Amino acid sequence: MEITFEGRTYPCSEGETVLDALLRGGVEHPFSCKVGTCLTCLARAAKGDLTARAQKGLKPTLVTQGYFLPCVCEPKGPLQVAGAEDADLFGRAVVTRKEMAAPDVARIWLRPAMPLYYRAGQFVNLRRADGLQRSYSVASVPQLDEDLELHVKSMPRGRMSTWICDELQVGEALDVQGPNGDCFYLPGSPDQPLLLVGTGTGLAPMIGVARDALMSKHSGPIRLYHGALDPPGFYLEAELRALAGEHSSVEVHFCLSGDEEAERQATEKPKENYRIGFSNDLALADQPGLKGWRVYLCGHPAMVKAAKKASYLAGAEMADILADPFDFQELRTELRDEPEPLNVW
Amino acid sequence: MGNPTLYEQLGGAAAVDAAVDIFYRKVLTDDSISHFFDTTDMDEQRAKQKAFLSWAFGGPDEYTGKDMREAHKPLVEEKGLSDEHFDAVAGHLQATLDELGVGSELAAEVMAVAASTRDDVLNR
Repeated sequence: MEITFEGRTYPCSEGETVLDALLRGGVEHPFSCKVGTCLTCLARAAKGDLTARAQKGLKPTLVTQGYFLPCVCEPKGPLQVAGAEDADLFGRAVVTRKEMAAPDVARIWLRPAMPLYYRAGQFVNLRRADGLQRSYSVASVPQLDEDLELHVKSMPRGRMSTWICDELQVGEALDVQGPNGDCFYLPGSPDQPLLLVGTGTGLAPMIGVARDALMSKHSGPIRLYHGALDPPGFYLEAELRALAGEHSSVEVHFCLSGDEEAERQATEKPKENYRIGFSNDLALADQPGLKGWRVYLCGHPAMVKAAKKASYLAGAEMADILADPFDFQELRTELRDEPEPLNVW
Repeated sequence: MGNPTLYEQLGGAAAVDAAVDIFYRKVLTDDSISHFFDTTDMDEQRAKQKAFLSWAFGGPDEYTGKDMREAHKPLVEEKGLSDEHFDAVAGHLQATLDELGVGSELAAEVMAVAASTRDDVLNR
């Protein structure tokens, strides 16, 4: 199979994706998750046939323009590929505020030049001046918050996250693409019980969805589980406890999944503040029957995968399970062929 | 107007809808075959189960022997898919039909359609 890109042809083997074919041919095409979720690798097919898989999750306007995801596209025939048009995708945004909510977690607020019509819980792609691009879930609620709020955890090998935490200044500009994803609140079932499970900064869309639900006068129970390795990881503990205090329908659980050192730190605070265990395990143990529930899952891909299956088997409808896995590019490079370690969230 | 088809007798698309989550959940909780169903894309996998059930119920989906062969080839070659696994899945299909209260004659017709895929699924 042959891929044409910017006037040059690249061979694409049987079972090889367009992205891998381009990377193999020396093209520095942007990518991140490599599983069709983050949309970083978006490109356009100027000529050729695309599989449904290659366009899954894309807005209709992008689909009709031939946009597709090279990372999940195994071409069935020759393909002429063009880069994404910036104007179709990206807009400028300025950082208006930055706070360190934990030693390794930054909260940043962005003001896009053109309003971004998003729903709480979706994600955006941030692009730096040098082209580095990463996905971050949105913590703000458009009707309640003026600016777009993102939570960024500094990852050990993370280029974007360490830059955002250590260097990015208020007043600097970034390019923003989005909104993406379907992990958002849907009005129409105000009594429906909601289960939200987030690990680390996977809390960001969870708190957005919870606040969106409350704003929409959701009357059913809203149960949120935040998973972290150690107490500093509960970077929004005060805000979440306040939310639970203000709304009787809201329950918040802080789930400590780290080692003995973390448990020791936890005992310095009253024991009843934290629970010991993985957030998804505790959530399912508390609610073994999930028939009729809507479940939101965000954070470590292994947690999201395990929790999705567990929720479905507990009786939740597939369409009621909304997942937003954080597929870290740097982690993926290291752990490609190994099973995800379980103790990383 | 001819005799009602198997699909019509079973209840058509609504029957498939009722069956798919019962069947898929049974398959996922069976440890003897769960490794064949280890995927990150459960939505896609559920859609495949739905298409298979629709076809087994005599519905409009097209499934050639070649489709079955190709789809299951990596499972046979790399994960040791064999008769015992096929039988386990078939058992879950039977159990699903029982749970839905499908009469024994119609159930037997569905099971016969499913059974006819054995050689293709196992790439024999």
